[in-house]
Amino acid sequence: MTLSVNLSHRFGDFALDVAFEAPPGVTVLFGRSGSGKTTVVNAVAGLLRPDRGRIVAGGEVLLDTETRTFLPPHRRRVGYVFQDARLFPHLTVRQNLLYGRWFARHRGPDSFARVVDMLGIGPLLSRRPAALSGGEKSRVALGRAILSEPRLLLMDEPLAALDEARKAEILPYLELLRDELHLPILYVSHSMPEVARLATTLVLIEAGRVAAAGPTAELLADPGAAPVLGLREAGAILTARLAAQDEDGLSRLESPAGTLWLPRVRGKIGDSFRLRILAQDVMLATARPEGVSALNILSATVRDIRLGDGPGALVQLEAGGEVLLARITRRSAGALGLHAGQKVHAVLKAVSVAQENVGHGPPEAMPPSPASWPRQG
Amino acid sequence: MTDWLSPDEWRAVALSLRVSLWAVAASLPFGILTAYALARWEFRGKQLLNGIVHLPLILPPVVTGYLLLLTFGRKGGVGQILDQWFGIVLAFRWTGAALAAAVMAFPLMVRAIRLAVEAVDPRLEQAAGTLGASRPWVFLTVTLPLILPGVLAGTILAFAKAMGEFGATITFVSNIPGQTQTLPSAIYAFLQVPGGERQAARLVLVAVGIAMAALMLSEWISRAVARRIAGR
Repeated sequence: MTLSVNLSHRFGDFALDVAFEAPPGVTVLFGRSGSGKTTVVNAVAGLLRPDRGRIVAGGEVLLDTETRTFLPPHRRRVGYVFQDARLFPHLTVRQNLLYGRWFARHRGPDSFARVVDMLGIGPLLSRRPAALSGGEKSRVALGRAILSEPRLLLMDEPLAALDEARKAEILPYLELLRDELHLPILYVSHSMPEVARLATTLVLIEAGRVAAAGPTAELLADPGAAPVLGLREAGAILTARLAAQDEDGLSRLESPAGTLWLPRVRGKIGDSFRLRILAQDVMLATARPEGVSALNILSATVRDIRLGDGPGALVQLEAGGEVLLARITRRSAGALGLHAGQKVHAVLKAVSVAQENVGHGPPEAMPPSPASWPRQG
Repeated sequence: MTDWLSPDEWRAVALSLRVSLWAVAASLPFGILTAYALARWEFRGKQLLNGIVHLPLILPPVVTGYLLLLTFGRKGGVGQILDQWFGIVLAFRWTGAALAAAVMAFPLMVRAIRLAVEAVDPRLEQAAGTLGASRPWVFLTVTLPLILPGVLAGTILAFAKAMGEFGATITFVSNIPGQTQTLPSAIYAFLQVPGGERQAARLVLVAVGIAMAALMLSEWISRAVARRIAGR
C-alpha cells in the first residue's frame, strides 16, 4: 500500500507546501523542529484540515479539497502513536490496548496475544497508565495503535520524550514492527541514528518544503543531500551479516564492501545489520596503509567529489556495490589528487561505529535487553 | 420520625427532596451539554448563552421567579402552549417549584462541569478519534469518565442550591402547604406566626442535616472516582 500526500497549508507566516509518496516500509519525515513534519502527519490523520491538498492511502481518498472530500479521523483507519503516548488515564493497560479494536470494522485475526508478547507488556496489563514508566507507556501506545487494525501507522517522534536507555529499549521493537507486520509507517524524526536504523524511505523537510526524498541508503549516500542532513550527520548505510564473535570483544561482520571488525555487536551469527558509517569517521588513502591501528580497510573507487563552501569535501565511494561517504578537507583531496574513478582505500576505526548506529535488519532474534547495550558518547 | 416532625413539616421536607431531585435529574443532561458547548465549541452567540445561563446567579431571585411566572404561567407564552397542548400546568404546582429550583441551580451545575471539561486534555479525545471512535463515542468513553468528579460535584452543588431555593419559588408557585411549600418556604411561614420558632428550628436542623449529608457523600464519591482515574 502506498500513501500519497500533497498538501499546502498556511498558519501565520509559516507556509507548508509538500508532496511525496510513501511506499511500503518506514518512511521517515526528517527535519528540524518547526519544519512542518507534525503538521503533515496530523493532516494524514485528519486532525488538521489543510487549506489545499489531496491524500490517498492505498487507493482510498482520505482528503481532497478539490472535491471537498474529508474523511473524519475515526474513519481513516490510521494508527497514530503520539510523542506523549496519550494513554487513557481512566482505563487499564488492557482496556487501552483493546480500545481501538472495539471500534475496528475490519477485524483481522485476534493479534492481541501476539502484539502483547512482541512488545513485552504482558505483566502490565492490569495496571493503569499512571503506574507505568515512560518506556512502558511508549510501548503500550504502540500496541494500542497496532491493535486498532490500521492500514497505516503514523509515529510522531515516539522516542523524543525518552532518555537514551529507553530509546535503546524501544528501537528494536520498532525494527521488529517494520519487518514483521508489513504495515506502512510514516515516522517523524529529527534524530539521524533513528533514521539510519528504521527508514526505508527518507523525506527531508526544510522550512515547510520537501528538500529531498528517496530510498534511505541512496539519499544518505548522496553528497548533495548532506548539507540538508547536516554535515556532521552525513554518513552512508552498509548492510552486513554477523560472521563471528571474536575472543577479544570484537565482532566480525561481512558486508559486500568487505570485512568489518566492530565492538561487540549483540546478535546471533548470520543476523543481518544496518550499519551507519559517519562520513567524518572515514579516512582515505591512495595506497594500502601499513602500520596503522585502524582495523577496517576497505578497497573502494571514488565516484564523486563534492566541494563545500568551507574547507571540507565530501567524497562518495563505491565498494563492492555499496556506497560510502568520506568527509575530508579540500586540501587533502588536492594533495591526494582525488578524481572520479580512482582506486582508494577507506580506513575506518572500529570503535567509531557507535552502538546506536547498529540496527537489526530482518530480525531472526529477539531484540537485546536494554541493559546489555553499552553506552557510547 | 413523624413523632418529632408534624405532618405539615414532614410534607415540606418530602416535597423539598422531591423537587430538588427532579430539578437536578432533569437539568443534568442539559447542564452537561451546556458546559461542554461552553468549554469546547466556538459558535455565534456563545457569550449570549453564557450570559443567559448565569443570569439567575446575578438577578434577584424574585425577578427570576417573576420572569418564570410571565413565561410559564397559565397566561404566559410557553405556559399557555404547555397547558393547551399537553395539559401541563407549572404555575402553583410542585413541578413549577422544580422548574424554579432547576433554573436557579443551573449556573452552579454548569460552572462545575465546565471546569471539569476544560481540565480534560483534548489530545486524549483526538487520540480516541484516531483509534476509530466517532465523536459521540469519544464523549461517552473518554470525556464523560474523565469529567465524572466534576459532574458529581456540580450535581451535589445544584442539589444543595435547589434544597435552599426560596425567592424564585415563592414568587412563581407561591407557598401552598402540601403543594408548593418547600423546606425554606415552610421555615419562612412558621416564622411569620407567633410561637412558630420551635417548628422553624426543627426544620432548620433538618436542612442542615441534609446539606451536610449531601456534602459528605459528594466528597466521598469524588475521592473514590479520583482514585480510580489516578490509577493503581
